Amino acid sequence: MNLNRRDMLRITSVLSAAFAVGILKPNDVFAAEWSAAVFNAKGLDAAVKALGGNGFAVSKDISIDAPDIAENGAVVPVSISSAVPNTEYMAILVEKNPSAMAASFNIPTGTQPAVTTRVKMGMTSQIHALVKADGKWLVASKETKVTLGGCGG
Amino acid sequence: MGDPSRIRATATGDEVEVKILMKHIMETGQRKDATGKVIPAHFIKNVEVKCNDKVVLDGLFGPAVSKDPFLSFKFKGAKTGDKITVTWRDDTGDSRTDQVNVG
Repeated sequence: MNLNRRDMLRITSVLSAAFAVGILKPNDVFAAEWSAAVFNAKGLDAAVKALGGNGFAVSKDISIDAPDIAENGAVVPVSISSAVPNTEYMAILVEKNPSAMAASFNIPTGTQPAVTTRVKMGMTSQIHALVKADGKWLVASKETKVTLGGCGG
Repeated sequence: MGDPSRIRATATGDEVEVKILMKHIMETGQRKDATGKVIPAHFIKNVEVKCNDKVVLDGLFGPAVSKDPFLSFKFKGAKTGDKITVTWRDDTGDSRTDQVNVG
């Protein structure tokens, strides 16, 4: 779709009017968009594709801290961190979960590219730390064994 | 309006470590109840953390995040007394905002 200057002016002025009137407040808009395609993707490859990536490379500059064995698959602590310059996005994926993508984060300037959270794992699986930096997709992975699965049922 | 999040924001120099414990069931939609019916999914989808007016973390959660989501991260450029605001919104549109001062 070719947006010419006239269209851009039209779109911008409508948006500005909306902001001015208060229909659309900057505070209402979460910058990150929750995508069903991304959050339903099965496995890392499908998730990266859903994110618009054309493949990824393994990077030694990304680290994952997760237990070798998780006693409780419902609560597995995972810390990911990236030493890759200009890391703008980081995500945690569990390869064998019904949907691989567990959580993703946009990293603004000034925020350390490192997050810790807790995820559910349905079974023994690779945990992936996915990073986007300078337009490139990078990954590090680690296997966590699960004795009691966390998806229920 | 869900239940309050517990937030701890500690400054060391100009770096702040933020630890958050949100209260939410984070139901995956995979579980069945005693009669065999699927318990519908119900989970936080968006999380935003601000320091005063600047967004310092913008996150998306899926149902695989554990019940009562825990989140910890660090950022630079804040000092004691700055306001840390944590907002989440779930799949029903319910949302919650809590605030602490950097200590």
